[in-house]
Amino acid sequence: MLENTRLQQAKQALLVPTGLQESDIHRVMDQLVSGAMDDGDIYIQSSHFESWVLEDGIIKEGSHSIEQGAGVRAVSGEKTGFAYSDKIELEVLLAATKNVRAIARQGQSEKIAIASNTSHYPQLYDPLNPLKSLKDQEKVDFLRRTDVLTRQLDTRIEQVIISMVGVQEHILIANIGGSLAGDVRPLVRMNVSVIVEENGEREQGSMGGGVRSDYSYFLDEDKAMSYAKEAVRLALVNLDAIPAPAGTMPVVLGSGWPGILLHEAIGHGLEGDFNRKGTSAFSDRIGDKVASSLCTIVDNGTLEGRRGSLSIDDEGTPTQCTTLIENGILKSYMQDKLNARLMGVQSTGNGRRESYAHTPMPRMTNTYMLAGESDPEEIIASVKNGLYAKNFSGGQVDITSGKFVFSASEAYLIENGKITQAVKGATLIGNGPEVMTQISMVGNDLELDSGVGTCGKEGQSVPVGVGQPTLKIDSLTVGGTQV
Amino acid sequence: MQTQEEIKQLEAIIQETLDEAKKQGASSATAGLSVDTGLSVNVRLGDVDTIEHHTAQGLGVTVYFGQKKASASSTNLSAKSIKETVSAACSIARYTSEDKYAGLPDADRLATEFKDLDLYHPWQLEADSAVELAVQCEDSAREFDEISNSEGASVDTFSGLHVFGNSLGFLHGYATTRHSISCSVLGERDGNMERDYWYSVARNQQDLEDVAQIGKKAAERTIKRLGARHLSTRKAPVLYSAEVAGGLIGSLLGAISGSSLYRKSSFLLDSLETQLFPEFIQIYEQPHLLGALGSAMYDAEGIATQAHDIIKDGVLKTYLLSTYTARKLQMQSTGHAGGVHNLCVQSGEQDFTQLLQTMNTGLLVTELMGQGVNPVTGDYSRGASGFWVENGIIQYPVEEITIAGNLKDMFQHIVAVGNDIDTRGNVRMGSVLIEEMAIAGE
Repeated sequence: MLENTRLQQAKQALLVPTGLQESDIHRVMDQLVSGAMDDGDIYIQSSHFESWVLEDGIIKEGSHSIEQGAGVRAVSGEKTGFAYSDKIELEVLLAATKNVRAIARQGQSEKIAIASNTSHYPQLYDPLNPLKSLKDQEKVDFLRRTDVLTRQLDTRIEQVIISMVGVQEHILIANIGGSLAGDVRPLVRMNVSVIVEENGEREQGSMGGGVRSDYSYFLDEDKAMSYAKEAVRLALVNLDAIPAPAGTMPVVLGSGWPGILLHEAIGHGLEGDFNRKGTSAFSDRIGDKVASSLCTIVDNGTLEGRRGSLSIDDEGTPTQCTTLIENGILKSYMQDKLNARLMGVQSTGNGRRESYAHTPMPRMTNTYMLAGESDPEEIIASVKNGLYAKNFSGGQVDITSGKFVFSASEAYLIENGKITQAVKGATLIGNGPEVMTQISMVGNDLELDSGVGTCGKEGQSVPVGVGQPTLKIDSLTVGGTQV
Repeated sequence: MQTQEEIKQLEAIIQETLDEAKKQGASSATAGLSVDTGLSVNVRLGDVDTIEHHTAQGLGVTVYFGQKKASASSTNLSAKSIKETVSAACSIARYTSEDKYAGLPDADRLATEFKDLDLYHPWQLEADSAVELAVQCEDSAREFDEISNSEGASVDTFSGLHVFGNSLGFLHGYATTRHSISCSVLGERDGNMERDYWYSVARNQQDLEDVAQIGKKAAERTIKRLGARHLSTRKAPVLYSAEVAGGLIGSLLGAISGSSLYRKSSFLLDSLETQLFPEFIQIYEQPHLLGALGSAMYDAEGIATQAHDIIKDGVLKTYLLSTYTARKLQMQSTGHAGGVHNLCVQSGEQDFTQLLQTMNTGLLVTELMGQGVNPVTGDYSRGASGFWVENGIIQYPVEEITIAGNLKDMFQHIVAVGNDIDTRGNVRMGSVLIEEMAIAGE
């Protein structure tokens, strides 16, 4: 059985070198969850990471890091006790257990049985080691070749920076009731940044991609050069861009990466912890119409090989495709075990953590809007005067007020139904719940991002995916300088 | 002292790492090591939410084979792991390129004086007492009628040991502490929720703001935001409150840092000795302030830190350079590997209320959102919320607007810096009034 293979590999990588026995883990677990505890887990992880950076035409930096350790968590009611150590040793785990059990003294709680179904789930990526997938010489040759070819793309290119990063993680999760789950997670990412200069004006452009596989992904189908071409194109577009307008207008969002709008405006507000606490603008709104009927939005951790995908989440729950909003109706929140238990539902496999040194919480995986029926050209043509925001650099949300902000890295004016002048410095600001009711057209061109998303929440970063078809928002505030 | 002994042990590990690098053929090397321990407690609605015990350590090593550089790090400090970490770095160095600018700093620039900067004040805080403090803090916020919910109050205490050494013979370690208390609460009016927070942070727990005050401020800030309106699109003066003004200076620091300059990814290329700000603006660095959050005797390469004028009478006096970026620019390191240490923007005479009067009619910004700053062009457009001010008096809260301009222009049009200094960060400054910016709204 495949899942047993992963578990065996995780045990091999994490227990054998440290001398820890499976019986030791059971012993720690017994101590951890006795008495008033509702739940608890031990999370053992090792992460091998490398990065290579080419700049000024030379391989300027290379680095390698190993992080390993174990986190021990006890949960009683709404309370969490947590401790971790870089040492994977029985004595250390027992000491950590003693520390985290202190929360039990803080009150008693009712025992609630936790259902978890971890027996069958598909493997979404091979247990590859990206670091070993190419020889180091091949890695640097590849970066050099990409640099030379990138510089040939345009005479206005001043600076090229190429980075390539690979990680392999082994994870072992011991859950209450004695079940062990394991995973081996590869992740690679590559990025090309350029600075172009013309008549003393400079602009930058950046494009990258990534996947849960190894470096061969970038060599196949000339992916690296497609990033380079896109980075150069973005920089050149912005060289010719005029300052963005300021004010409220119709906005058409491009397909793919602009799905970060959904991630910020909707996604975070649907994470279980905020809704259990009643701090989200979407709290207590399951069953309500929260978006235009054209909108169906899912969080799907089960897409094969994607950056945001996981075979099992960091609590050992298999990931799933959760429909968050269906034809505008709010269907479900994203849950980890703790929040699911407190809200009386099942975990949706969204319990994620940055590492053993962090506690899990509900996080997104790959979040995207399903395709609609409109032709993208028809959407543009429907706008008399507005903005076409094709690419974004990043965004932020306040889940309580629902306010979100994001910055366009490529945007154009739409005049009389046609895309005309490129504009720069456009920031979009709006209110998540409001903006979702303003979506009046959804394209038939669903696209997922290229695999570069990293989401931050409460100081923890995790890889995620976003996506959407082209879509039209009837009215959104554009924050340019041209008042 | 026990801490001194621990530092000695860590220094021995650094020496072992440097020796190992030499043994494996590196022509020079640097190594750094941190060990952090801490306790974080979060309470919510009067009860414990999380209690976290932290213990983290990390060793980083950088090796040079002539002009070729590579680095490696590990969380495992065993002798075997040290060997493997050094070996990982050495193996990568076979594939990185000759870079004529790479290498250790000039030996005569390394710090030789190690004054006690009063950065270490451990707080013997048990989880139970931390919980009690956090509950008090949150209670004082929840006493307010319009506070409807809470994200909780947190008490955090961290101790760190930091050791750095290089193959030129530099080897030094020191201990620091950092304690903080924070509170974040929600208010609700007419079905709309708002949230705000307040925090205090210090090296010495005795310097922390009173817990009840922190809770009270968090509540007051939240309540003030209730009933926020939108603004129509317009141009107006903008007053950045002290807690967000540091971000403007952060953009300056990024633009004058060596790595942005040699990559030409800065809007302030070739700006040394030019008038970036009005004449009354003075920005200087005080790296040796006792007990301050940004204080250090040396930078990330071991180069002695020193007091600097960054902006004098509005004129840029220095870039922020490390050894590498300085060599790329044919200049000297300024001791800024890893950034600045306690940057101070000199205040004018006016307090916050007087600044509101000087602005007369305009926008007071108390929160900024998003990353809308282009470091290459200085184009600036960020989401904002705050208050609309008329005749020097706050009228009503506003939200869902953006403020936009170009940083070069914004710097030139600073009208005043207040004396309401926020000392909680590495940039210490008061509120900043900018003559005019574009505000986008309805």
